[in-house]
Amino acid sequence: MTILNLLVLVSLTYVVFLFAVAFAADRAARQGRGGWLRSPMVYTLSLSIYCTAWTFYGAVGFAARSGLEFVTIYLGPTLVIIGWWGIVRRMVRIGRAQRITSIADMLSSRYGKSNQLAVFVTLIAVIGTTPYIALQLQSVTLSINAFAQPDPTQSRTIIDKDVTALMIAGGLALFTILFGTRNLDVNERHHGVVMAIAVEAVVKLFALLAVGVFVVWGLGAGPVDMIARIDASKLAEFEVPGSRWIALTMLSGAAFLCLPRMFQVLVVENQDEDHLRTAAWAFPVYLMLMSLFVVPIAVMGLQVLPRTANPDLFVLTLPLTAGQDGLAILSFLGGFSSATSMVIVASIALSTMVSNHIVMPIWLRATGGTATMSGDVRNVALLARRLSIAAIVLLGYLYFRLSGGGSALAAIGLIAFVGVAQFLPALLGGLIWRGATRTGAMTGLGLGFVLWLYSLFLPSFGPSAILPQSVLDSGLMGLSWLRPYALFGTEGMDRVVHAVLWSLSLNTLGFVVVSLLSFPSPVERLQGAQFVNIFDHAPTLGQWGGGMGQSEDLLVMAQRIMGSDEARTLFSRAARVQGLAGYLPEPTPEFVELLERELSGSVGAATAHAMISQIMGGANVSVQDLLAVADETAQIMEYSSQLEEKSAEQARTARQLREANAKLTQISLQKDAFLSQVSHELRTPMTSIRAFSEILRDSGTLSGEDQAKYSGIIHDEAKRLTRLLDDLLDLSVLESGQVELHTSAARLGDLLDRAVAATGGPESGMTIRRDRPAEDVTLTTDQDRLAQVFINLIANARKYCDAQAPELSVRVQSQDGRVAIDFVDNGSGVPRDHQTVIFEKFSRVGQTKAGGAGLGLAICREIMSRLGGEIAYVPGMGGAAFRVIVPEALNPAGRAA
Amino acid sequence: MSAPKDPLFVERRTYRRRRMADAVRLLPFLGAGLLLIPILWIGAPEGRGIGTATAMLYVFGVWIGLAGLALACSLRLRPDPPAADPEDPDHPDDPDAAAAPVRTRAP
Repeated sequence: MTILNLLVLVSLTYVVFLFAVAFAADRAARQGRGGWLRSPMVYTLSLSIYCTAWTFYGAVGFAARSGLEFVTIYLGPTLVIIGWWGIVRRMVRIGRAQRITSIADMLSSRYGKSNQLAVFVTLIAVIGTTPYIALQLQSVTLSINAFAQPDPTQSRTIIDKDVTALMIAGGLALFTILFGTRNLDVNERHHGVVMAIAVEAVVKLFALLAVGVFVVWGLGAGPVDMIARIDASKLAEFEVPGSRWIALTMLSGAAFLCLPRMFQVLVVENQDEDHLRTAAWAFPVYLMLMSLFVVPIAVMGLQVLPRTANPDLFVLTLPLTAGQDGLAILSFLGGFSSATSMVIVASIALSTMVSNHIVMPIWLRATGGTATMSGDVRNVALLARRLSIAAIVLLGYLYFRLSGGGSALAAIGLIAFVGVAQFLPALLGGLIWRGATRTGAMTGLGLGFVLWLYSLFLPSFGPSAILPQSVLDSGLMGLSWLRPYALFGTEGMDRVVHAVLWSLSLNTLGFVVVSLLSFPSPVERLQGAQFVNIFDHAPTLGQWGGGMGQSEDLLVMAQRIMGSDEARTLFSRAARVQGLAGYLPEPTPEFVELLERELSGSVGAATAHAMISQIMGGANVSVQDLLAVADETAQIMEYSSQLEEKSAEQARTARQLREANAKLTQISLQKDAFLSQVSHELRTPMTSIRAFSEILRDSGTLSGEDQAKYSGIIHDEAKRLTRLLDDLLDLSVLESGQVELHTSAARLGDLLDRAVAATGGPESGMTIRRDRPAEDVTLTTDQDRLAQVFINLIANARKYCDAQAPELSVRVQSQDGRVAIDFVDNGSGVPRDHQTVIFEKFSRVGQTKAGGAGLGLAICREIMSRLGGEIAYVPGMGGAAFRVIVPEALNPAGRAA
Repeated sequence: MSAPKDPLFVERRTYRRRRMADAVRLLPFLGAGLLLIPILWIGAPEGRGIGTATAMLYVFGVWIGLAGLALACSLRLRPDPPAADPEDPDHPDDPDAAAAPVRTRAP
């Protein structure tokens, strides 16, 4: 019994040591000192929780029963981690970007933040993990029991297994609650736990290597002798069934990614993506060392120990029977470490899932949990997590008691692997295939889960325990193709291989087919794009549209989850970024996104999303999100619409240019015509002036009558020249804006009378119709300039009207302080192609002999724009029609009103 | 407006890095192939089969070899100083991408 006492003493010291390590690491991390805590080696060692007591003790038993086959359990993870660049790195990146808290959170987050899916995954994980925890408790009690007997190879029960297991379970729950629930934010690493696990990883490796070295060089005579012993043993022949070799390797690889505890250390506790680079080679080395001496120990145990000895305890009983008590205690510590680290991490992982996806949603619903409620959700969440830990460990203990700790438990390791491997299709599919949908994932998981339960888990309790013997023999309801070990008539297969084959293949099939046929929700599509394109996209969650959420409500809610200090810090930092003082930032989409990410680190994506949508009014998915989902399509469509717009714009511009060009060409032609006309006009009077002045100069014999006639001609021609030059001067003055306006009030009728009189009066062969009553309008404007316009228009009508009985009607309309005066004649009007240019300088309609310089209308236009009015040609009035619009009062500044 | 085209030719170092990442991705397939070989030994005629000891040496040899290759690749995949390796859609996996400027989403 003394060795048992020593064992208890050493174990207690070891536990105290672990508590101290965890405590020191936690404190160092909190004080910002623990740089070494973040080393890649610590990360790699923490991955070693893959090696549980089942592998520490069980691997040797496994090897003693079926030779080298045990190695597949380690080869799978090796193959997965050496290809880290593909899948593992993607998972870690997503885990960090989306603040993933567990494998259930990962799947729920990928498939539209669906809590339903998370609950389902959590249930499978709990069902798969509880027996596994029981297995750890069993291995520890068995190993203590081995120390308690006089002859360790006997498996007679001496200690009270139940009490021992209960004490261990209690201690583990205490440790996990102390160090695993320090902070709510799972994404804030559990430095204490990780450090303790790393220490335990070293201890178990060292212990197993020590036993191995003792076996090979202590009991045996070195490697050569060992190989000879292997060749001589019953394990000499390599007879692993090929199907099991492949299936177990695949299975362990899948379990490495899907086991909740592995996901916890691999993704959630990951500090730095770059640590994977070290783990990629260091973890395979660790696994290799763990399995290096397994076969030698098994062979030696088979040779040295009696036939009745339990091969699962060879690691312990070999040193014990050889009298190496120290080594035996070391070996016990190795197994103890393996068991405890597994239970700790598994219960942290499971409790996170249970509290985030089951307890919290129920609690929030039960209490109407909205942001307006008072109270600290944080304490509730922490309490939920602590209770979950206790409950999970207790569940493991109950399972251990109910199963009686028999050999049924030993098989549970592989069975649990098959259970969690059901996550693989949904997990991998979600990472690499955007088309994977929630319905598909649910279908696949459901199918796989049911098949696993039916073909492996339930029968594992033994015949008639849960499934009656009749079902095992002749299938459910007597249908022979539904026999649990021979589904669809596949008889004679290994049970595990059979279950892996059917559950995983139907799981994958269901997942893919239903995904292909179903249609995802917008959030799903958005998350799908974010997961699959994690390396392309900035890590953003769904955009929160609109500013309906109130910052204050958000703050109240965040305080209840994150704690008031953290929440205030977060809010004030965000406010500062937005350039605001105080604690309340604007609820911009960016800020709400950030907040959701922070919250999901504490309560999981689904709950965080639900809580935020309560405040943000459920405006979950904005058009922007949908655009982001259809990212490429959106870009292409936008690109093409921009192209279309551009080409339309170019077409418009081209049309305008063509018009402008036509106008220019026409004006240029007109100008050429005008120039020749002007030179002609100038030349004609100049020629006659020169000729007649020469006659006057040279011949002194002219009669007075001739002299007067010639001088009259010279005078007339000079007047014509002056008029032309006056017009040009007038126009240039008007255009340069230097004209001075003399504003005064006048009746419109008087102005028109003046203009008619100035153009030759009513007796000039043209009838002028007027509307006297309408003309009784008083205008405050520059009378002379306006009269000039009227004179020009009436003179033009006289000149150009080609009707037999020329007639001009002047119509007046007043509206809104503006007076429109129409001058309509009954001639043929201005040809259409000239209508656009008649107001240009130097333009004249046709090569008429009427002889103006083509400046009249241009001057009119300038005058009207100075008077704040306008002049336009009105087509379709039966003849040439000009409309003059003039304001009743010109404003004092002399500018257009 | 259109997504920036990735250069067809990249700097030699970047090129090496990407090929190393390819190598890491392919490593599991090499490992799986090598570890499938022991299956071929099963069912050999009596006395001429390969024993557990030999198979063990083979498996552990492959194991060490794989770890060694993983180590070699890991050393060559050391993170570059930021912005040395631009993102590319084929190999959009650059450990520095997180530090690189965030690419905005479609407006």
